[in-house]
Amino acid sequence: MTKKFWRQGEPFVWATGLALSLILFLTMLLFYVVMANGLAVFWPKKVALATLSDGEHILGEIVQEETIPGTEKKRIQFKIGNRDLYGLDFKWVDTSSIVSLSFPENVQVLERQEFGNFYGYLSELEVKGISPPAAGSNSLTQTIAALDSRKKEVDLLGKKIANLNRRVELIDHHLSKARYSKEENTPALAAMQGEKQGLKTEFEALVSILGEKAAALATNQAIFTDANGRTKAIALPNIVRSYQPNSMSFLAKCTYYLERLRELLFDEPRESNTEGGLFPAIFGTVMLIFLMSILSFPLGVLAGIYLREYAKDGWLVKMVRIAVNNLAGIPSIVYGIFGLGFFVYGIGGGIDQLFFPERLPAPTFGTGGILWTSLTLGLLTVPVVIVATEEALGSIPPGIREGSQALAATKLQTLTRILLPMASPGILTGFILAMARAAGEVAPLMITGVVKLAPALPLDGVFPYLHLDRKFMHLGFHIYDIGFQSPNVEAAKPMVYVTTLLLILIVLAMTSTAIHLRNKMRQRHSVVDV
Amino acid sequence: MQKKTDTAIIRIENPQVEIEGLNLYYGSSQALNNLSFGIPAHQVTALIGPSGCGKSTLLRCINRMNDLVDGLRLEGLIKINGENINDPSLDVIELRRKVGMVFQKWNPFPKSIYENIVYGLRIAGIQDKTVLDEAAEKCLKRAALWDEVKDRLHQSAMGLSGGQMQRLCIARAIAVSPEIILMDEPCSALDPRSTSRIEDLIRELRGEYTIIIVTHNMQQAARISDYTAYMYLGELIEYGLTQTLFTMPEKKETEDYITGRFG
Repeated sequence: MTKKFWRQGEPFVWATGLALSLILFLTMLLFYVVMANGLAVFWPKKVALATLSDGEHILGEIVQEETIPGTEKKRIQFKIGNRDLYGLDFKWVDTSSIVSLSFPENVQVLERQEFGNFYGYLSELEVKGISPPAAGSNSLTQTIAALDSRKKEVDLLGKKIANLNRRVELIDHHLSKARYSKEENTPALAAMQGEKQGLKTEFEALVSILGEKAAALATNQAIFTDANGRTKAIALPNIVRSYQPNSMSFLAKCTYYLERLRELLFDEPRESNTEGGLFPAIFGTVMLIFLMSILSFPLGVLAGIYLREYAKDGWLVKMVRIAVNNLAGIPSIVYGIFGLGFFVYGIGGGIDQLFFPERLPAPTFGTGGILWTSLTLGLLTVPVVIVATEEALGSIPPGIREGSQALAATKLQTLTRILLPMASPGILTGFILAMARAAGEVAPLMITGVVKLAPALPLDGVFPYLHLDRKFMHLGFHIYDIGFQSPNVEAAKPMVYVTTLLLILIVLAMTSTAIHLRNKMRQRHSVVDV
Repeated sequence: MQKKTDTAIIRIENPQVEIEGLNLYYGSSQALNNLSFGIPAHQVTALIGPSGCGKSTLLRCINRMNDLVDGLRLEGLIKINGENINDPSLDVIELRRKVGMVFQKWNPFPKSIYENIVYGLRIAGIQDKTVLDEAAEKCLKRAALWDEVKDRLHQSAMGLSGGQMQRLCIARAIAVSPEIILMDEPCSALDPRSTSRIEDLIRELRGEYTIIIVTHNMQQAARISDYTAYMYLGELIEYGLTQTLFTMPEKKETEDYITGRFG
């Protein structure tokens, strides 16, 4: 009886099911942790006012509650913000020392350009140049909104100055080129010098205007008091957003959430990346995967075609195949080091010597940049594409090949009209795997071109529009950087979750597109019954 | 047209395919041994013999499908219309346009029925849609498949039955207007009904094309072919008019094989 039970394979079915369930469980757990922590970050939390037994007041968001190790007592962690007043953002308080806990309606939370959040009460508004708003619960928000147009004006000035700077840089570049080729006293050179002078005067004028306007704007300030009655004046332009979480309606909270989401997706980061948006990092990640694909996909497919269709099967091809398969096992940091040595210093340095000698010793291509990073990642993913291409071509029934050749098709025609379309689903599957792997890599990026904060995107409106030599930002590196390298790790934690969630979603979106494409191909070129 | 020689091998006047002293080696083993015979134009010639006797190998020499096989060596001559097909100056693509092939296992491409038919024409560079449409209709009618598929020309050929797929492959082969069609056991994987339809088709194509068919089915060879060649272990044992070969075989081996005492 038991023998029959074992032979019929019932336990084996259970084992297979169990293995799958275990994997699913772990994956779901990972997703749950990321989702639960990432999705809640932007939801406005209530601010609690705790009165302690020694008379001190603490105002802040309750982060977590835990039992003090080795005792029965509990403690609560508050996010108290006000880094400029207290020096730290978080505070642990024993529950036994808390006399009362309340959620005052008029608590004001400020998100600021610097020093993180502020928790306190609005006591006074000092406004110049615009009519002071009627006193009320939202007088602060109204005033900030009234100043918005002036703030935008200042921002615009800043952009103009940056533009001028770029033009001056360009002229400097031409001048140094002329100097390098020993050109002197030509009229063109004089004209350039003149233009540069003109730009410089314009630049200085703009800078002084900007300074005045910004200073004038900064005189508009609000006086706040913290939980213990200390006052703090905060310039209104420094306030990014202000809200009163304890009196917000559900709808207001939703609006706030969406606004934070918009900021995340489309704005630049602030406060050494722990606040603000992630747009440059999102852009960098997508562009990196895109460039990597453009570089590695054709290369891998061509190499795979050669190995399967043209190379004579012998020991050499076998060795190459083993080598290609083993390339996938090399630690990615090694690819990074190779990329740094070969692409950045070797090829990049060579390009600099040949085409940009006038800028040396300042490197142009001889330093990390998105082109070198994509090449490095392309090298890392190309083995997967090669193997997938080979497998896909190899799994086509030989009768199909012969059928095409018997109809007087050349090898190339057979390949392009029959074999490649048939192999495309398999090739795409390999490519999807490669893409997902590349999207998650961080180590090789760190030494070939990713930076914490890039001054400009690799794609912009300035000629030649695509700046492959530029350094860029990346979500994976962002996670590492704010999670482990930022001075205020605790405050950056929510952003780590959000960034992780975002990276997963981007990879999901890109691979889903590829999977959709593959399924379409599969429908069109499927072989049944051959 | 033909005269009986003193041996069991008939001599064909003005053969379309002429094989002279053909030896074929796979590495060190010899697969075809000194074959010499002619195949007449616009007739059906059947190659019979036990498995491994070299029928298929011989067939695949005629459109040079063996070119791709590693370690294969060929001696002797194969001439089509008097031209040596292994001449280095001869374009193998031109040869295959002249010599079509239908395989044992049907192999339609995973494309639409229409695209399967016009594949050979597209490969040859014909892009005119009216020409392609006409060719598709003509070939499908010729292969007695038109009525069954005319409403779903642009659906996948993978939805057809085995017999239909094999007729599609025949239609695909005649679309490029070959002179010779090689058939490598085209019915061996088909049920009797589909087999008889293919046999009808072969009978109809006879006279327009030179058909060389490899078959394991003695009755089939007797039913559809004009000439039959019996091969054994890479050698041509007997070759003659089908009627004569099946009724009065000259050699003892042939008689043993066709009566089923051997093979």
